[in-house]
Amino acid sequence: MSGPASDIAMGVRDGSRSAVTVLEDYLARIDAREPRIHAFNVVLADEARHRAADIDALVANGADPGPLAGVPVALKDNMCTRGVPTTCSSKILEGWRPPYDATVVRRLSEAGAVVVGKTNLDEFAMGSSTENSAFGPTRNPHDPTRVPGGSSGGSAAAVAAGFVAVSLGSDTGGSIRQPAALCGVVGVKPSYGAVSRYGLVAFASSLDQIGPFANTVADAALVLQVIAGHDPADSTSIPQPAADLSDVLTEGVAGVRVGRIVDLPSGADPDVDERLEAALETLQTAGAKIVDVEVPAFTYGLTAYYLIAPAEASSNLARYDGVRYGLRVDATETNAMYAATRAEGFGDEVKRRIMLGTYALSAGYYDAYYGKALKVRRLIADDFERAYQHADVLLTPTSPTVAFPIGERTDNPFAMYLCDTYTIPTNLAGHPAVSVPFGTGAGRLPVGVQVLAPMLAEPMMFRVAAELERAVTS
Amino acid sequence: MSTDGWELVIGLEVHVELDTRTKLFSASPNRFGDEPNTNIDPVTLGLPGALPVLNRHAVELAMRIGLALNCDIRPSSFHRKNYFYPDMPKAYQISQYDEPLNVDGWLALPDGTRIGIERAHLEEDTGKSTHVGGSGGRLHGSDYSLIDFNRAGVPLVEIVSRPDLRTSEQSRQYVTELRGILLAVGASDAKMEQGSMRVDANVSVRRPGDPLGTRCEIKNLNSVRSVGRAIEYEAARQITMVEAGDTVRQETRHWDEGDGTTHTLRTKEDADDYRYFLEPDLVLLAPEDEWIDRLRSELPALPAERRAALSEVTGKATDSEAVIVVTERGQDSYVLAVGEAGGDPARALIHVKEAFAAFGDEPAVPAQDLAALTRMESAGALTPTQAKAVLAEMVAHSGGDPEKIAADKGFEAMDTLALETLVDHVIKDNQASWETYCAGQDKAIGALIGAAMKASRGQADGKAVTAVLRTRRSTA
Amino acid sequence: MSEPVAADPLSADVIAKVAKLARLELTAQEADRFARQLGDMLSHFADIDALVLDDVRPMSQPYALRNVLRDDTVDPGLDRDEVLAAAPATEDHRFRVPPIRGVAP
Repeated sequence: MSGPASDIAMGVRDGSRSAVTVLEDYLARIDAREPRIHAFNVVLADEARHRAADIDALVANGADPGPLAGVPVALKDNMCTRGVPTTCSSKILEGWRPPYDATVVRRLSEAGAVVVGKTNLDEFAMGSSTENSAFGPTRNPHDPTRVPGGSSGGSAAAVAAGFVAVSLGSDTGGSIRQPAALCGVVGVKPSYGAVSRYGLVAFASSLDQIGPFANTVADAALVLQVIAGHDPADSTSIPQPAADLSDVLTEGVAGVRVGRIVDLPSGADPDVDERLEAALETLQTAGAKIVDVEVPAFTYGLTAYYLIAPAEASSNLARYDGVRYGLRVDATETNAMYAATRAEGFGDEVKRRIMLGTYALSAGYYDAYYGKALKVRRLIADDFERAYQHADVLLTPTSPTVAFPIGERTDNPFAMYLCDTYTIPTNLAGHPAVSVPFGTGAGRLPVGVQVLAPMLAEPMMFRVAAELERAVTS
Repeated sequence: MSTDGWELVIGLEVHVELDTRTKLFSASPNRFGDEPNTNIDPVTLGLPGALPVLNRHAVELAMRIGLALNCDIRPSSFHRKNYFYPDMPKAYQISQYDEPLNVDGWLALPDGTRIGIERAHLEEDTGKSTHVGGSGGRLHGSDYSLIDFNRAGVPLVEIVSRPDLRTSEQSRQYVTELRGILLAVGASDAKMEQGSMRVDANVSVRRPGDPLGTRCEIKNLNSVRSVGRAIEYEAARQITMVEAGDTVRQETRHWDEGDGTTHTLRTKEDADDYRYFLEPDLVLLAPEDEWIDRLRSELPALPAERRAALSEVTGKATDSEAVIVVTERGQDSYVLAVGEAGGDPARALIHVKEAFAAFGDEPAVPAQDLAALTRMESAGALTPTQAKAVLAEMVAHSGGDPEKIAADKGFEAMDTLALETLVDHVIKDNQASWETYCAGQDKAIGALIGAAMKASRGQADGKAVTAVLRTRRSTA
Repeated sequence: MSEPVAADPLSADVIAKVAKLARLELTAQEADRFARQLGDMLSHFADIDALVLDDVRPMSQPYALRNVLRDDTVDPGLDRDEVLAAAPATEDHRFRVPPIRGVAP
């Protein structure tokens, strides 16, 4: 590998490394393996080369390109990049070039990062395997017959395969953490509101967050510091500046209370459970105090999520009507045009969720479904709050299983939904969580362990994540 | 149209475009008449990834409206109203649903009748569609449509009255009064013809004492006059139906100004299920007490208050035509200024009403000039006819010294001797009318006065002539 | 008024109404499949019926912010040509659509 992002940036900034040379390393790996892995919807090799050259020129002129100087990055293809196709891996946006940049894209650029490409995802971020992409699945670099997870499968695979140093994904019910676990990389979902959603194509507005993938906890923290912080263009953006993570990674976990959720829904494979236990032991050895906590409503997260998220999505995706941008299938009148356009442009999972969400909001059904789900959400948040009176962080498996074979769950939507059992509740509560690779399970496939923390407790969360990382890499 | 034995129940929904520089949720210009699709941004177009951010000044104007309508200002939330239409870029409108900003207010008509205001809330406007190929640009039968999103996202306040109105006249007054209030607080230019104020009427009929009848919503009312006409037509239509034993169907109807009728636009069954839910991209709007208090203290005098002040100073009733019209035009403070400059406010009021229709709230004739004119009238130095002529001159030249103008025109008040001489001649030349008048026919004096005015070329004071004629008759 | 949670496939009627609301043209097979799949999901989701929710306040957003407001100053918007170039059909600098049936709410 070309080394962690933090090393690259340091080297480029002090002139000891060339951004162009660094980039060529990554491009070579992309050339070699991308045809098999299909992490990208588009690779921007020429643009990246120009950018890298510009970065080197800046440094040569004594300027500082920023904390991610020369670092090759990839962006999930649901983040708007001006002039560059942003498809959400959907036919309905195939070829669409946004006329504006997402805030996170601007911030990465201002930090000196080099965007290498837009990565594949489950269509409109709906899925847990990247098999719902209209452009074909992404394959797990550890075993290309298996899924990388989803919906940010492309971004996870790109980092795991060394195509980029770091990448951005989005997480609505686990779409960063679960593919991170399946691909053996670090994946962070920040506190809701910590990272601007301006320019992120909305799936479920009250749940979506952008976050980093990286090979190291330190790199993830570095990227998060660059993209996080208040954005006036996002009304739900937290007013506080981004948390300072520079010192926490070496603090260790002495005295930290780590909660084990005793009433966690069952269903994790034994190899995954074993890794969780190992992780708890590791932390205990390092001085943490393991406490048993209960989060009774945790188990209802799946239901609440699969009523709330599709409901919001059904509204967010109504704008794809063929009028102003994207695919249009012509008809003799507008309603027929909408219906034909959306029938042709949306894939199966997207249609299914739009139907479910529309139903859950419709007259006569709102109280029984969407309305109830919002109350369940409150219960989950309250239960977490109670648990956090006794624990500083909680630990769970990220995914119930290691990466499964491509095609195994595509006929059974509900089986696919179960992938997110452990990740969903944090989205509902808005809390931060990170998946840290912690050894392997069946078939020597990666297993991730999830560290959950209260709202805005990223520093504590990273502290524990760093400790776990030290254990596996030492 | 006879509504005898029937009670009309009318509620009005008024949408007002706010006079802000930018749109409700994005920083594109809020401007009428620009080249199509030049005031656009990701939010306006409903582009993927766009997010709304609320305009502080729009909130302030909405609060001013609420305070002027005696509403409570409450913490409020925004909801999505989901429906598909080409001029609705996100396929949902961000509006306020069960927690609106302003609630429970009232508006007083000129005669003091209070009409309840249920709510006044914020929402965004849609784009504009032009229909090509049909007849007269109408939607029906068109070949295709063209959409301009300049107006999409413009801030609106929707003001919903309680169904307290009972006549078409009251409804017209409500709209006029509301418009005056909106102008007074600077919230909107409220021009119905331009669409910055849009009125929908909900009309039902019932026998007094009966429960409410089925109501119909009437749209496309583009003037105060249309409001009145449409309500009268609709009430008649409903009464006719009910008297014939038919059931009024709850529906939305379109007012056709050309043929003076309403016809079905949309029935209740066609109505969409809007699937309202809380807008997740926006946060609670809970204006601080300090903000509300400041706005309340800054509220200007509203039309009702101004009519009361004008009435007190001029002695005319608050709901007299002159007081209403002059206040509506914003010329009431001018009349007060004439009074303060030593003029006669009552005379000034009449002059302003009659001669200043084309002026705005800052008439070009300086208050002290009009004051001087009214003083001449009060002193009897000018007849009403002469005064009008002098005023016309002053209007044409944006002011002037009335004494000089009168002198230039050769206007002098006739002295008593000249007046008596004039009357002598009139009696001599109009013997028939004089005899009729002396015989007791008071009306005959009209012809004599007319003759006197003609003979004096308008310089005689009609009242003075009348007085002389009466005296002559009594001593004849 | 809340309806009882469905345990069976959703009726064809309901599927048709929902598809119309969502402006999705479904094939007969899709309608059938969604009826079954949604029914199946909803029966799983019936687990929340066991919870007592009467006094629970709904939670629409994770973080309670208030009064996020913007100054009323103009920002440069988008380039009209760039936007119209990405549109499926335009005429006269406007977005062109087929005839609109039905009226705006």
